[in-house]
Amino acid sequence: MFPDIGTPIADAVNRFVDWLVVEHGAFFESIANAILVVLVAIEQALRHAPPLLILAAVGLIAFAASRSVLLSLVMVALAWLIGGLGLWEQAMQTVALLVVAVGLSILLGIPIGVLIARSAIARALITPVLDLMQTIPSFVYLIPAAMLFGLGKVPAILATVIYATPPLVRLTDLGIREVDREVIEASRAFGAARWQMLTGVQIPLALPSIMQGINQTTMMALAMVVIASMIGARGVGETVLIGLQRNDPGLGLVGGLAIVILAVIFDRVSQAFGRRLQTHRSARS
Amino acid sequence: MALIEAHHLSKVFGSSPKRALTLIKAGMSKDELLARTKSVLALYDVSISVERGETFVIMGLSGSGKSTLVRHLNRLIDPTEGEIAIDGIDVLGLSIRELERFRRQKMAMVFQRFGLLPHRTVIDNVSYGLEIGGVSRTERRERAALWVATVGLAGYEDRYPSELSGGMQQRVGLARALCADREILLMDEAFSALDPLIRSQMQDELMELQGRLRKTIIFITHDLDEALRLGDRIAILKDGRLSQVGTPADILLNPADAYVRAFVKDVNRARVLTVDAVMKPPPLRLTDETLEQALVAMQRRGAEIGYVVNDRGYHGVVTRDAVNAAIASHAAPSVEAIAVDAPSIDAGASIAEALPATLSSEFPVAVIGADGGLAGVISADRVGQILTLPEEKEAAE
Repeated sequence: MFPDIGTPIADAVNRFVDWLVVEHGAFFESIANAILVVLVAIEQALRHAPPLLILAAVGLIAFAASRSVLLSLVMVALAWLIGGLGLWEQAMQTVALLVVAVGLSILLGIPIGVLIARSAIARALITPVLDLMQTIPSFVYLIPAAMLFGLGKVPAILATVIYATPPLVRLTDLGIREVDREVIEASRAFGAARWQMLTGVQIPLALPSIMQGINQTTMMALAMVVIASMIGARGVGETVLIGLQRNDPGLGLVGGLAIVILAVIFDRVSQAFGRRLQTHRSARS
Repeated sequence: MALIEAHHLSKVFGSSPKRALTLIKAGMSKDELLARTKSVLALYDVSISVERGETFVIMGLSGSGKSTLVRHLNRLIDPTEGEIAIDGIDVLGLSIRELERFRRQKMAMVFQRFGLLPHRTVIDNVSYGLEIGGVSRTERRERAALWVATVGLAGYEDRYPSELSGGMQQRVGLARALCADREILLMDEAFSALDPLIRSQMQDELMELQGRLRKTIIFITHDLDEALRLGDRIAILKDGRLSQVGTPADILLNPADAYVRAFVKDVNRARVLTVDAVMKPPPLRLTDETLEQALVAMQRRGAEIGYVVNDRGYHGVVTRDAVNAAIASHAAPSVEAIAVDAPSIDAGASIAEALPATLSSEFPVAVIGADGGLAGVISADRVGQILTLPEEKEAAE
């Protein structure tokens, strides 16, 4: 009754992935190595730094972003609690993974967002891809990713990037398209070139929206840490996974708490920064 | 050739504008076009030419196409058909890069809702045009500071637009346009969003600045009073077509069609029109004639009075009776000696200001030009004629 299209698709994909691994394995390995070098450097730095220094950094960054002493102190206290949960090292590993994944998402997401804001064709082509990235179960691309990059941190980062980048693209696009038309007209009327308009008007005015995108991306990246640990990434996600495997709900909860605390810290600090950006950027007050 | 020459501009917004325009040319109406093809006819066969240093007002109600028209001049909008030449440059033939350079050299613009960059301070907004043009930071801040002061915002340099009132924001908009130091200023409903009092204050300041700077200004407005006040010439747009182009006096005294007539109906002409726009040439100008020559001239022209002018300008009037009497009595050597002081009025005065003098005088009142000479005369009859509305005139005829 049904035509068999599943088998040919599966076969074609398998042949394609095999071909990629055989013919272009070296290329993917060099990408993997580059990412790994950065990741390991950040991870080493975070793990070897004295926790007091890290706590001070959390406080300073929180203050720089929010200009609120209270919020900064609460953030430091939360970070200190992670140490109390006995997951300091793991948290540092997770933070390193997040920094690299979110950094890659920003490098990819903002330019793509700018592109689809300016070109209807690009938007028509890329929007379905974004939908796909957000809806397709991550295990589907984890299998070929593991084949191409090997098990471990790099496929975990790539899976995180694939899952977490779409909101940044969408919010960058939205932010740029929502810039007041008359401001854009003014810029054009005075003879601004496209690049001058982009860097001088559109991106600065879209920044609150872009910041919100980065916040979303970070939250979604955190949501991926447990799945990432399944293919060999270390960190608090691994703690949850071990709890699961050993039927140890207590350990799972402790790991989960650490993830929640990290999420709260990233969220509050980036939200506060976004709010401060907003001050003079709304078209009229 | 005038500085701005735009000819036969037509613009259709829609999916296939060229085809829509052929339908219009074949006689389809704007409404029918919208219903049939969902295309909007914004402009049809509009031609304007604007001289250097002129303040040219484009007036029309909302939807008349005036904002679309002004955006053609710097090509923020491309026409469906037509030609635009500015300072001899074929604007439609420019590539994107050439167009950017052209805008940087020739045009600045002021917007109805100001169009300020909200993330920049007043001084950085004002210097934006120079920044685009690649002027160094120190120089552009220096020049911008002068303009900020000129528009009366000294002390507000480091404020953000959101911290200023509407009137102040538009001063920033005006300073930004002037600081860019471009020849042509496009002002799109620049004062329409302001309170009436602030608005007339801004109009005064614009006229005062224009007196010094002699820019070429294209001013868009839906307000006839504003148009009459600012414009050297006014173009009236209706439904994307040009109804009339002329001086304020032309528009008021000789409305081209029923639409313009309806528009100018409620204008207080006595206040808007100036004496020089409506005065008549003097019936008889007397200079160094003898009394006898003057009498002959008066008889020949059938004039009861003559206006006496000497090297210093307008001197006074003489009546035919006075000349007759002087000849009979041999009392005076020339017309100058018997001329009597009679009321006169400045050419730049409004009709309202001239009204008392014309009503109290037995003969037409002399109009004195800027050089002090006799420019013309204005009578009570003429004033009455001017103040009569066009349709009343028609009804009377």
